[in-house]
Amino acid sequence: MGTKVDYDSKIPNNVDLSSDRRLQRALEGWQPRFMDWWAEMGPALETQGVYLRTAVSVGRDGWAHFDHVIPHEYRWGIFLTEHDADRRIAFGQHAGEPVWQQVPGEYRADLQRLIVIQGDTEPASVEQQKLLGLTAPSLYDLRNLFQVNVEEGRHLWAMVYLLHAYFGKEGREEAEALLYRNSGSPDQPRILGAFNEETADWLAFYMFTYFTDRDGKYQLGTLKESAFDPLSRTCEFMLKEEAHHMFVGTTGVDRVVQRSAELIREHDTTDIAGFGGIPLEIIQRYINFHYSVSLDLFGGETSTNAANYYTAGLKGRWQEERRKDDHQLTEDSMLLDVPQPDGTWSQEEVQSLLALNLDLREEYISDCQNGLKRWNKILADHDIDFRFALPHPGFNRDVGINAGYHITPEGTIVDEGTWEANRKKWLPSSEDLAFVRSLMQPVYERGKIASWVAPPRHGINGKPFDYEYVYLP
Amino acid sequence: MTVAMKPAEPAGSVEVAAGEDGAPAGGQQAMPEVTFDRHPDAYRHWRLRVDGTVAWLEMDVDENGGLVPGYELKLNSYDLGVDIELYDAIQRLRFEYPGVRSVVVTSAKENVFCAGANIRMLAGSPHAWKVNFCKFTNETRNSMEDATENSGQTYLAGVNGVCAGGGYELALACEEIMLIDDNSSTVGLPEVPLLGVLPGTGGLTRVVDKRRVRKDRADVFATRSDGIKGKTAVEWNLVDELAPRRDFTERLRQRALEVAENSSRPADARGIELTPLEREATAEGITYRYVDARFDRAAGTVDITVRGPGEPAPQRVSEVHEQGARNWLLAVTRELDDLILRLRTNELELGTWLIRTQGDAEAVAAHEKVVLDGAVEDWLCNEIVLYYKRTLKRLDVTSRSLISLIEPGSCFTGVLFELMLASDLQYMLDGPPIADEDSDERAAVMLTEANFGVLPMSNGISRLESRFYREDDHVDWLRREAGRAISASEAAELELVTDAPDDIDWEDEVRIVVEGRAALSPDALTGMEANHRFVGPETMETKIFGRLTAWQNWIFNRPNASGEEGALRRYGTGKRAAFDRKRV
Repeated sequence: MGTKVDYDSKIPNNVDLSSDRRLQRALEGWQPRFMDWWAEMGPALETQGVYLRTAVSVGRDGWAHFDHVIPHEYRWGIFLTEHDADRRIAFGQHAGEPVWQQVPGEYRADLQRLIVIQGDTEPASVEQQKLLGLTAPSLYDLRNLFQVNVEEGRHLWAMVYLLHAYFGKEGREEAEALLYRNSGSPDQPRILGAFNEETADWLAFYMFTYFTDRDGKYQLGTLKESAFDPLSRTCEFMLKEEAHHMFVGTTGVDRVVQRSAELIREHDTTDIAGFGGIPLEIIQRYINFHYSVSLDLFGGETSTNAANYYTAGLKGRWQEERRKDDHQLTEDSMLLDVPQPDGTWSQEEVQSLLALNLDLREEYISDCQNGLKRWNKILADHDIDFRFALPHPGFNRDVGINAGYHITPEGTIVDEGTWEANRKKWLPSSEDLAFVRSLMQPVYERGKIASWVAPPRHGINGKPFDYEYVYLP
Repeated sequence: MTVAMKPAEPAGSVEVAAGEDGAPAGGQQAMPEVTFDRHPDAYRHWRLRVDGTVAWLEMDVDENGGLVPGYELKLNSYDLGVDIELYDAIQRLRFEYPGVRSVVVTSAKENVFCAGANIRMLAGSPHAWKVNFCKFTNETRNSMEDATENSGQTYLAGVNGVCAGGGYELALACEEIMLIDDNSSTVGLPEVPLLGVLPGTGGLTRVVDKRRVRKDRADVFATRSDGIKGKTAVEWNLVDELAPRRDFTERLRQRALEVAENSSRPADARGIELTPLEREATAEGITYRYVDARFDRAAGTVDITVRGPGEPAPQRVSEVHEQGARNWLLAVTRELDDLILRLRTNELELGTWLIRTQGDAEAVAAHEKVVLDGAVEDWLCNEIVLYYKRTLKRLDVTSRSLISLIEPGSCFTGVLFELMLASDLQYMLDGPPIADEDSDERAAVMLTEANFGVLPMSNGISRLESRFYREDDHVDWLRREAGRAISASEAAELELVTDAPDDIDWEDEVRIVVEGRAALSPDALTGMEANHRFVGPETMETKIFGRLTAWQNWIFNRPNASGEEGALRRYGTGKRAAFDRKRV
């Protein structure tokens, strides 16, 4: 072999990479493929440096290391939160036992599957957002896009680390397959449907980071509870980065709403399309779309897979340890609203153990409401009567008990004719998409911003908005 | 049905089969009376499309179309109702579409091929229902292989998504398997790890016997819950080839066309219509045109009478075609097939079937001759013989005591002689008819060419060879006796019957045999008969019915599968099975 690679400086980590030969061997094979993937499927826009945060250790300081970096030279690291030697399993049939540092043979296939599915979503969003850099509304936003993308790349690394470190030859094969499936590919698409749709414009990007990345937050939250300690610690660290993605989404939509509200006041009309703003109805339709598609990611309301994972200790509930119940869930039940073919709703009682997806979805929905409150407060502050609302959970669903029904945003079950006749009112139409796309003109000048979005209140890491966040050729 | 509509989970979350709708089925329910009448116009679960020489059988299971309430057929999981349609389609392809040379079995659902038998259905079904269901499924799978091997209709599986358990077993019954190369679709047999039962409709057997997968690989394959995909699946010979997602259907079509090239099926043949059966079913019995069954519930018996032809035999093959479904041998076969299926499924307590025939022995011989002679060259005659062969095989694996009663006026000749041979016991009246002691009429039987190999059992040899296994001299002797009427005393001497009581003893002898039978343990009888019936060589089919199925049925009854804490009962509850660790 040639010169010895200095693993720790090349790949920041706290998993003792420099003395783990198995992991080194695996990463040596995988890393060049990852770089090829990034070059081919990563951001299309070329830059000479982006002001990025790189995680160099898990401590408070190490986590917030900022510098201008050329994206393909980004140092994707491998971090797990600190090891807690006393951690015990919090739920399921192994509750109270020490957590596992190795994969138990009987759960190997399930754990591998969970990690592969989680891992498959991470690079998918990078692929979906590939072209967005070409139309960024400001250097600040462009920088955020890159930050989100490199961190999704790091999340992929985190999952690949688990596959390499704990799942042997098959783990290595699955890690490679994560790079071969591609979002929207006709031959080898990403596993989950929502990750095969292109993120077509920046409003969609904000919505995606608000609604879809939030799904990721909740999925990671359940894996953080896992009895398989390396998975738990990996996900806990990922959650910190995921929080930034949601910040991009929350403030992104804030700023669009803010700008639209300003234009409405300025011109005293809600019809602001002609003034370069995005009408509130279109924003609402984007909310309807991204929210309902994200709900599909929670799977069916009742799920034996989720129940099996729970009982086995592989995947818990959101904030499992804060919950005050028996952490077995075989005795409790939940109520589920079920649409009926005659157009009415009925309630069914479902054993809590089988309704874990529903439980997680409820947590997610109440979290989503917070964004709606923020955006409505902006409208109220501008004396605008319009209010955004989350559609009914049965609206526009392809997965779960509502799939196959036509349900309005208000929760009325309607026939196909009614649905089709109102579709343009409820979901972004091709005209809406074309209009939003027409606004997507890149603004790469320092301190400038596009017409349809307000500047942020604060810059990154204490820098002003007009800081040169991205060096362009 | 008023079950709420429920879709499949996204492809990311693979269930072995459906069933996520709350608590498991509680007590065992009364099962409905099942009919096997189907027509493509009213399929709920399959789409049958014929495109030139290639037929497409696309699985598109209606979730709410279960035969019994209480489960949803998610992810193309199936129950008996789904398989009955498949059986109907296979039969019609053979008879109604002679121009079809290859049959593609695939799924109309995206990312899902077939998730196998519905687990909630299995977990909630009485033991007898499970066994009957698996038996019928096995017979249907075998009939696909029979079509490939003997009918010039080759089955190809286009696995376009998740393919688990019975889904993979369905693919295994095809001659070739093409798997979609999307880097996520797998084939798998997760029964052992997930359900604590076996892939019992041929899975284990076909993996090692048909596809010659090495036993250590087969072990790895059958103990992992997540299946095997892509290149490894090809390397292990679990599938034949991979095809990319984008032109999967086209590649499948191309392959089907290539396979069609090698078929013997005539290009310009016209099919015959399998018209609805004439059948009158009441509480007392079932009457068809040529077959009649009377129930005696107190005695636990069915009196089955098969009547000989009512019209002159066709003189040539073209007349067989003109007759179509009216042809005597075809009609008798269809009626017997339907009767066996209905009795097996719906009449569990009628444990002894008394089989008689009635009619003109010479007419039977004349009718069968034109079909048997024609079978070499003519597709329809070939199909009729094959169908009769399969129906006899169905009888062979039927868990009922079969007793042939040979009386004056009967016509146990050739093809119908096989009914005698398929029976566990044969009694032949040596004397005049009981009702008319002055009559000269005597019972006789006749061997024909039909009894010497054209209707093999699942062990690959004829019923005569099985009866006289390794007694070639005896079979040769019988061959010399073919073509003539054999009396009761001769039949006893030739060892063709169990006993030949005279007219004074007849009624008592028969009564004692039947009553004695009824007093024995039905389980012991089933086991005993199955052991006696299959003499001689093992084949894949005998292994499936004799070994795989027997083990499966044992496991089905064990607490580790079916107990309160067993894996099958616990599946879908989110609770884990608790096993009794003792190896037995």
